[in-house]
Amino acid sequence: MAAGTKRFFGSKTWRGAISLVVFLLIWEIGSLSKIWIKWESFEWLRQMLTAFGLKPIYLPWIGAVPAPTEVLMAWTHIIGDASYWQSWYISLLRVISGFIAAMIVGIPFGLLLAVSRTAYGIGFPVFEVLRPIPPLAWVPASIIFWPTQELSIGFVIFLGAIFTIVINVVGGARSIDLRYFQAARSMGSSQWDIFRRIILPGTLPSIVVGCEVGMGITWNVVVAAEMISGGGSQVGGTSGGGLGFFIWNSYVGGSYEQVVIGMISIGIAGYVSSELLRALGKRVTPWLHLR
Amino acid sequence: MSDMNNVRPVIKAGEIVVSNVSKSYGGAQFNKEVVKDCSFTIERAKLTVMIGPSGCGKSTLIRLLAGFEKPSSGTITLDGKPVDGPGRDRLVLFQESALFPWMTTYENILYGPRARGEVTRETIDLAEFLLNKVGLQDFRNKYPTQLSGGMQRRAELARAMINNPQVMILDEPFRGLDAMTKELMWEYYSAIYEENRRTNFFVTTDIDEAIFLADRILIMSNVPAQVRAVLEVKVPRPRKLLDLVENDQSNDIKMQALSILHEEAMKSFSRGSKAAADFVDAYSKRVARS
Repeated sequence: MAAGTKRFFGSKTWRGAISLVVFLLIWEIGSLSKIWIKWESFEWLRQMLTAFGLKPIYLPWIGAVPAPTEVLMAWTHIIGDASYWQSWYISLLRVISGFIAAMIVGIPFGLLLAVSRTAYGIGFPVFEVLRPIPPLAWVPASIIFWPTQELSIGFVIFLGAIFTIVINVVGGARSIDLRYFQAARSMGSSQWDIFRRIILPGTLPSIVVGCEVGMGITWNVVVAAEMISGGGSQVGGTSGGGLGFFIWNSYVGGSYEQVVIGMISIGIAGYVSSELLRALGKRVTPWLHLR
Repeated sequence: MSDMNNVRPVIKAGEIVVSNVSKSYGGAQFNKEVVKDCSFTIERAKLTVMIGPSGCGKSTLIRLLAGFEKPSSGTITLDGKPVDGPGRDRLVLFQESALFPWMTTYENILYGPRARGEVTRETIDLAEFLLNKVGLQDFRNKYPTQLSGGMQRRAELARAMINNPQVMILDEPFRGLDAMTKELMWEYYSAIYEENRRTNFFVTTDIDEAIFLADRILIMSNVPAQVRAVLEVKVPRPRKLLDLVENDQSNDIKMQALSILHEEAMKSFSRGSKAAADFVDAYSKRVARS
């Protein structure tokens, strides 16, 4: 416990906190700049540009983005709102189910490609053709393929994670030291025993890495999938349709503070789920995290 | 501790006969013969050390003996039975640690019995005995990366010995250890050998290591590998490190071995091999020392 406390207050935490504060400060100042700098006082510049036949340019002022204080205020208003938390819940549910499906399919498939030359010969070319297609490109097809909207969204999330998982599993299994197999065979291991006690634990570190990266991609994908698929309010009892829909809806409704709240929420959700996965990964590969 | 002696299995030492073995790699066009018409015997209950310049085909020979690969021609037999694939009767200790990194010392040692479904009271006792024997009882629950180089080698010795092989094959097992640890390992390893007199086949490039450990030394030619000379080392056991310097027989054998190896090195030196250049270099250092 003492070690844990120490690490929590260690230099790593302080650096993180400072960087976060500085980030918020710059954002706040940038946002306030819209008050300090009045475009009206630069009317001459606008006229000059027009005279030269150029359209008046508008710099992408960060001032157009709501300040962190404004966002925080808006957050306090919706923090008690059930539909906001419902959005969290629904997005989380979609990410987890799509991700678990990707693991269930991806890990065995990757292992199969790694251990069987035949499976690799048959499966890999198709896999490699499908892999570069961005998950977002699958959205229309997914909507057509699947009977319900939930399944469509889940499928897009699944696609977001599975390729990374498979590639990592195949690479990991293939990079296992040949001598481990030789030693195991010499000592009388059967094929199944080698799979269970050499290939599986030997690939586990790569499985963990693949899942961590895949988890990040799922959050990238869920938002776009929700935006395009349009809410999915029929799922929950309340009007929440996931964080992606929350952002889109806030944008359509002109509530820019809420757009930012949605963005930050996804950031936090992604960070937390990655951390959880990392912690889980450490548990299943104890030999990599010694001392 | 008193019943430890009951734990020890009966050692059945084997004898390997290699006759006219050749091994080449690559197709017809880029055919490279690594072992050519090689014959020797790894005698029963003796410690045979094979020494030769690096890259001379020793590791290839080990893969053939272990059954990981098949010879292009010739036969290898263990107690008259032809060697066909890997087996627990011939276990290999590799150059660098091949302990399974995801298993603790104890799990590594018990790997073989578990693989064969032979985990009984006796094997567990034997595992305990071996853990003590190699001095790792306090490290039973550590993973290989938590062990020092010397400990890893000892754990691997135990992992092999629990399977009670008829022949132990060691491929430059102490390479990469620092000089002190290496000498400790020589004493450790020869004590284990002297105790159970299993057939051991030990490959090295280090002449001092060979003389300290061996009953017989096989000196190899440059690639393609063949046995150039066989030297018997009759220095009484247990040997001391000082024997390497003070014992006349040791010194004779050393000079003899070095001159043969030097010849081999010069031969390939004229052919422009890198291994040979290393060897000539090492040779001149040895001569300067003695």
